Amino acid sequence: MLHTINKSPFERNSLDTCLRLAKPGSDLLFVEDGVYAVTVGTAVQDNVKKATEEHVLYALGPDLAARGITEDQVIDGVNIVDYGDFVDLAAKNDRVQAWL
Amino acid sequence: MANGNKKFMYVNRRAPYGTIYALEGLEVVLIGAAFDQDVSMAFVDDGVYQLKKGQDTGATGMKNFSPAYRALGDYDVTKLYVEKESLDQRGLTADDLLDLTYEDEDDDYAEKPSVRIVSGEELAGILDEQDVIFNF
Repeated sequence: MLHTINKSPFERNSLDTCLRLAKPGSDLLFVEDGVYAVTVGTAVQDNVKKATEEHVLYALGPDLAARGITEDQVIDGVNIVDYGDFVDLAAKNDRVQAWL
Repeated sequence: MANGNKKFMYVNRRAPYGTIYALEGLEVVLIGAAFDQDVSMAFVDDGVYQLKKGQDTGATGMKNFSPAYRALGDYDVTKLYVEKESLDQRGLTADDLLDLTYEDEDDDYAEKPSVRIVSGEELAGILDEQDVIFNF
């Protein structure tokens, strides 16, 4: 299953709930304000690093750039993708679970 | 209260693009600044992300309004308080923020930084001095 997270981890608990309820091996795609979760040095960094060991993490590049987040500010192991990759991820998975 | 002006504080707690709060808040500040009051802004929680440098919205089709913060100095909005605890929680430092300045007319128009990083405790005191507080 593809899980999408579009809310800041500092404003909603979407990240926590997703990490709690996603089966190991899931694809997790961070979009919109969700991309703040995959930046280095934050209070949620350890949770996200741990998630890279259980799941495959992606972050939407255009949303990172819009927020001034450079590639070197993204946690290692998080794959930066474009809109076309977003479509491919949605098509590849049977279902998309959007954690709003 | 110098000149009988009231102290207006705009408190920003939202990230810039996920919702419309940040852009609307900035527009209200720029409009309100025309009324010659003592205006300051606070950036707390995800609001600190509004001041992140290097924003490039080109690929998203959204308007990049971060350059508009540079206009604040010209509108005499020269006190942008950023809470340190909010920066720390997000792995950010002063180096991650826009270099915003203003020209101090009382000091031969010397260019000075508008961004002031303060502790939550200091910010509490600043909030307590305000006459009017708007929240976005």
